[in-house]
Amino acid sequence: MASARSAARWHWKTPSVIPGFGLTLGFTLAYLTLIILIPLAGLAWRSASLGWSDFVRLVLDPRTLGALKVSFSTALIAAVVNVIFGVVTAWVLVRYNFPGRRIVDAIVDLPFAIPTAVAGIALTAIYAPNGLLGSHLAPLGIKVAYTPLGIIVALIAIGLPFVVRTVQPVMQEISREVEEAAASLGASRLQTIFRVILPGLTPAILTGFALALARGIGEYGSVIFIAGNIPFVSEIAPLLIVIRLEEFDYGAATAIATVMLVISFLMLFLINFIQAWSRRRFGHAQ
Amino acid sequence: MRNEHFRNPISETAPVRWALILAVLAFLALFVLLPLLVVFTQAFREGWSAYFSALGEPDAVSAIRLTLLVAAIAVPANLIFGLAASWAIAKFDFKGKAFLITLIDLPFSVSPVISGLVYVLLFGANSVLGPFLKSHGLQVVFAVPGIVLATIFVTFPFVARELIPLMQEQGTGDEEAAISLGANGWQAFWYVTLPNIKWGLLYGVLLCNARAMGEFGAVSVVSGHIRGLTNTMPLHVEILYNDYNIVGAFAVASLLALLALLTLVLRTILETQYGSELSATQKH
Amino acid sequence: MEIRVEKIRKEFDLYPALHDVSLKIESGELIALLGPSGSGKTTLLRLIAGLEQPTLGRIFFGEEDASYKTVQERNVGFVFQHYALFRHMNVAQNVAFGLTVRPRHQRPPKAEIRRRALELLDMMQLTGLEKRFPNQLSGGQRQRVALARAMAIEPRVLLLDEPFGALDAKVRKELRRWLREFHDRTGHTTVFVTHDQEEALELADRVVVMSQGKIEQVGSSDDVYDRPNSPFVFSFIGESANLPVSVIDGTVHFHGQSTGLAAQRDGEAHLFFRPQDVSLVEEGPGLSGPVTSSRRLAGTRIAEVELGSAKSPCHVEIEVPLDASVSNGTTLAFRPTRWKLFY
Repeated sequence: MASARSAARWHWKTPSVIPGFGLTLGFTLAYLTLIILIPLAGLAWRSASLGWSDFVRLVLDPRTLGALKVSFSTALIAAVVNVIFGVVTAWVLVRYNFPGRRIVDAIVDLPFAIPTAVAGIALTAIYAPNGLLGSHLAPLGIKVAYTPLGIIVALIAIGLPFVVRTVQPVMQEISREVEEAAASLGASRLQTIFRVILPGLTPAILTGFALALARGIGEYGSVIFIAGNIPFVSEIAPLLIVIRLEEFDYGAATAIATVMLVISFLMLFLINFIQAWSRRRFGHAQ
Repeated sequence: MRNEHFRNPISETAPVRWALILAVLAFLALFVLLPLLVVFTQAFREGWSAYFSALGEPDAVSAIRLTLLVAAIAVPANLIFGLAASWAIAKFDFKGKAFLITLIDLPFSVSPVISGLVYVLLFGANSVLGPFLKSHGLQVVFAVPGIVLATIFVTFPFVARELIPLMQEQGTGDEEAAISLGANGWQAFWYVTLPNIKWGLLYGVLLCNARAMGEFGAVSVVSGHIRGLTNTMPLHVEILYNDYNIVGAFAVASLLALLALLTLVLRTILETQYGSELSATQKH
Repeated sequence: MEIRVEKIRKEFDLYPALHDVSLKIESGELIALLGPSGSGKTTLLRLIAGLEQPTLGRIFFGEEDASYKTVQERNVGFVFQHYALFRHMNVAQNVAFGLTVRPRHQRPPKAEIRRRALELLDMMQLTGLEKRFPNQLSGGQRQRVALARAMAIEPRVLLLDEPFGALDAKVRKELRRWLREFHDRTGHTTVFVTHDQEEALELADRVVVMSQGKIEQVGSSDDVYDRPNSPFVFSFIGESANLPVSVIDGTVHFHGQSTGLAAQRDGEAHLFFRPQDVSLVEEGPGLSGPVTSSRRLAGTRIAEVELGSAKSPCHVEIEVPLDASVSNGTTLAFRPTRWKLFY
């Protein structure tokens, strides 16, 4: 009996009367391996076969570094803007009742559903020097399209829902008792927001920020139309991959892609770390 | 006697409230609604006939046809995967589950360009498999199979991501009850699980479909941009736009924008009707 | 701090939650607001705290009119039903919160804040837990952290909403005794809300019995148990029997039969008495009927007796001596020794 129990403890799956575990997990793993893991492993293998010195040379190429810098810095700025407006948007949607709230809530999802290329050409039409807003900004000396500012505008437009949709459900669960407790202890409304509500939302906000940042670094379709794509100024890393591919320079494309993939993995690791930390600290998942 | 100036201790004052609402509305109008509006105004700027003749152009028609074909393969594939993955993850407890969910989420944080690149490296002319495929007359890259694969990669998590939280929330009690009453696994799924998740499933499929039809970066890398052959709608938009055919580009773009709008309208309807059966905690 | 509530009315979306309630709470008193759910007891507590706005009426803290004061200005210690601890702060930070958010010129220095937080934790027997986070504490510990946090701001009055509601029976009993001792030691004016009559009667100096947005009775435990002033209080607190009777010529009649009880005023009325306040009678007027069931309850025996006609029977429970013969069908005759009529 004792041995049977200890054997059960070592089992990697909790027994269940529901059938289909082998079939569904087997299919899931096979499909995941074929579609995602083998192709990604192929990239890693091609990158490894470049050899270390070649890889370093390709990554440290000034144009590559410039593109990575443009991608990273614009994504960072856009993610910061998205965190601020995303948290405010989530707050307005969760806390306030106003006519059309449901519609606004649906509109937040639009960047998820709208194709990136469509967003890209539309934003360009708006911010080009002869565009809807661009023609009013040009006399003021503000150029948006064909500059890094244009990239930031595009990344803000596509990144908002990542923050809103991560923060919103956690915000919904804040009990009014906690806010009333802060008020009864003498905290002003601003103190309650900045010392009680926002710190409680920190894991969700960081997760949303990391998601928006990861998406921004890798974004292609919405950016290339508005960016102007000037090397060292407004050329993003994904575009440089495409350019190298078109030049049949597979080595350079692979090297840039590997660096970007590592950044993605780091972000994913960071997100999972935040989630695990918040589960431990606050005793519930996001 | 009524205390008119009482402040609700857990809300902002009305002016602050309205200022925040207006700020959000302005932000969304500027970054989300205005681009959508511009798509349609540009598409129709030379009138209805120009719009429809742009859509009736042979290359546009073949792009639309290819996009439909790609979605018709990619969406069912990811639907079956999503059902299998969510069944395994939500109905059972096993080690490494969190890691598996992370892997399923992986395509969300991979650049679409990389999603295309990996298939070029795997099946392209100078890959290991390239010569083998060529000698058997199979072409994956710069052909429809590559486009389908890249689309599947990019839209991989959508259905699973929608279903996993929903099915986890519903637990295993219903299925266990069905099994104890003599149902087999398929019957438990068909009569007990599916009715509970159908609206979430529908939304997952709709979103997956919208993304599949609209995918640009990944498809752009594997397609080779052969007009009339390997051009999907988003790629055709790019070509027309670069040719300064603005009406044509925005006309095709307007179809995709319409699809996105339709997806969200359906979602809003589903959420109003069946709010509790749609998970509120999705992230994409 | 003495608290006066004057003719408070509170309406939620035109549905009244409190009807013109007035109450005076003496300084240093421990008061229970007792009532079923929906009686308005929590609303009254929240109005005193300033978490709700009265539709009409005034609230005084001592001589000061607090009706227009915000919750921040009222300086009350409020302990919430689910404690409402800040889950991203550890125990010490939770307790110190009220002091750290004070405006700079009123804020004690950091070391002083910390000293006071630790002192309170010591008083609450929570020493050593100051670095823990709320989700690492038991229910009873959370409750005491919430109390320490409320006490840290040196409140003028301590308000507790269902303070033991979320705890299991054993911890609840312990904390109840502990709260009584704590109150006796600190002498704070304390108001707590409960739906548990045992808790209210055991703990409070005075009990405020509420029903449907009105105060039914205010009094000591003895007052509300022994001298209930309304049918509601009589039936809400303790066990009771209720019979429709008529008073004819100064004598209480039930189903046309005299019960031998004398009353001042003639008319239709309801007769209330408690199961233990009866004596069995051999002869003479009284209430009588067949026993329909009986059961042993700790040191006593309870018999259920069917009174009145077979068409419209009234079942009442009475306490009988352990040695009484109460097999089913036996006819029992009894007369209430303490009772009350409500016309």
